[in-house]
Amino acid sequence: MESAATGREPIARKRRRLTKAERKEERTFYLLTGPWLLGLLIFFAIPMIASLWISLNQWDMLTPAKFVGLKNYNTAFNHDPLFWQSLKVTALYSVFSVPLGLVASLLLSLLLNQAVRGMRLFRTIFYLPAVVSGVSVMVLWMWIFNPQIGLLNTILGYFGIAGPGWIFDPKWALPSMVIMSLWSTVGGSVIIWLAGLKGIPPSLYEAAELDGAGGWQKFKNVTIPMLTPTIFFNLVMGIIGAMQTFGEAYVMTKGGPMNSTLFFNFYLFDHAFQNFRMGYASALAWVLFLLILALTAFVVKSSAAWVYYEGERN
Amino acid sequence: MTTTNRGRLLLKNSLIYVLLAIGSLVMLVPFFWMLSTSLKESYQVFTWPPKWIPDPIKWSNYKTAFTSLPFGQWFNNTIIITVLSIVGAVLSCVIVSYGFARFKARGRSFLFILTLATMMLPDTVTMIPKFYMFTKFGWINTFYPLIVPLFFGKAYFIFLLRQFFMSIPADLEEAAKIDGASTFGILWRVILPLTVPAIVTITIFQFNDSWKDFMQPILYLSKPELYTLTLGINFFKSQNNVQWNYLMAASMVTMLPSLLFYFIGQKYFVESITLTGMKG
Repeated sequence: MESAATGREPIARKRRRLTKAERKEERTFYLLTGPWLLGLLIFFAIPMIASLWISLNQWDMLTPAKFVGLKNYNTAFNHDPLFWQSLKVTALYSVFSVPLGLVASLLLSLLLNQAVRGMRLFRTIFYLPAVVSGVSVMVLWMWIFNPQIGLLNTILGYFGIAGPGWIFDPKWALPSMVIMSLWSTVGGSVIIWLAGLKGIPPSLYEAAELDGAGGWQKFKNVTIPMLTPTIFFNLVMGIIGAMQTFGEAYVMTKGGPMNSTLFFNFYLFDHAFQNFRMGYASALAWVLFLLILALTAFVVKSSAAWVYYEGERN
Repeated sequence: MTTTNRGRLLLKNSLIYVLLAIGSLVMLVPFFWMLSTSLKESYQVFTWPPKWIPDPIKWSNYKTAFTSLPFGQWFNNTIIITVLSIVGAVLSCVIVSYGFARFKARGRSFLFILTLATMMLPDTVTMIPKFYMFTKFGWINTFYPLIVPLFFGKAYFIFLLRQFFMSIPADLEEAAKIDGASTFGILWRVILPLTVPAIVTITIFQFNDSWKDFMQPILYLSKPELYTLTLGINFFKSQNNVQWNYLMAASMVTMLPSLLFYFIGQKYFVESITLTGMKG
């Protein structure tokens, strides 16, 4: 796509004065992308540097900041049990919600990829929760999780089962969040899976059939390998999203009961805007950022071993 | 086709429908529960066993929910913020991504990679400095912090639109250029009409982002008359004596525009995701 200039490329690589037309093109590029480059500076670059600096200070936003070096980081890692608790909660949530979501949505998309009548309607139904997600869904689920007269325990009651206290029970609060997240995010991933499934050439299945492959073998040897780029994408996005869970804790549980849903971002937010410990909160933000970077880098790095790209064959 | 084959197909299809029906039930029952609660008399909300179909059906709950608290005002606030955010995001992202897609410059790839990298950055990293900055601007308790940044562009949309622009052959623009059209003229008359699906898609995405945004309104809007719907619902919920029927009615109404938007844009939306999908 970008090879209009390939003809003169070999010499052009060396430092050469741009032609008038090229200079004009460059000016146009910077003119058009200017707003965003400015935005990158104002809303990303400067705040990022500022945040790193703030994390080395003690600051309440009202009185002057006091430089404390790495003390905030030291406090977090060595003297703050809640820091570890919030990491644990976030990690547990991610470890369960992301893979479960992937498997559930993949199975669902296989079902929704079948050629039967009325499939459009079914696809829409499964996508509905993803469409409306947000605070209203969280409020709805608080009502569903109500231990006495909520939907879940009502239905369990029909079968003679006394349901747990869900978000009010320290043991069940986090699993409740996972259940809610499955309900509300599965449909969104399904769309991406379906796009991936559509991209698998039918000839591959035909070839597999000629080789005598059954349904399961076709799934294992054709569908899964061809879907690995999609798995990869959904996995990375899922991890980044899950690690930043915030609203669920803020709206539904305030981190409780007994800190069982103390999500990292909620804990951070609490420090920043309840306790006005901006330095500490910034340090937490950087810890999270580095964690996300490390995890993503790990997935990207490992992807060479398990993600199959069609284009690479050539 | 033999009868056993047809029998197997029938069995397979029935199994598919059974599974689809169970799944649909799981997806839909919570909504039905919500609707049902929203139409109950207040005293019926807590009766056991719960009635699935309220008797009487109190449509007036919706009116009460919207008049007892300023939900109407919050609705308006949310619409103002959402519409202006969409305008800002579409305007800026179309122009910026056109630059990325069509004009060569030194540093272009670097800047593009930088743009993608910002998508990995958690909001909380820039949250405190941005809050401080907007405080200094005197923008606390205004809608500006929620709207103005979008006029500078948004990484994901720039990525999406750039992919889209690059799938449009350049011949059309070459022809227009020979006819003496300016860069903006070409963008406006030649490119934009072809980009409608992608623009609809980012409109839907931005609608969702603004409509459901929660963290930013918490930070920047503390006066009740400036609340957005998400803040309003959260406020409603935090009251000591939660009236679930009204709360469900308000949540229901908050969800409706999302549904409406989705159904209008569905066709384009799925198409664009498929196009820019993860083809590696």
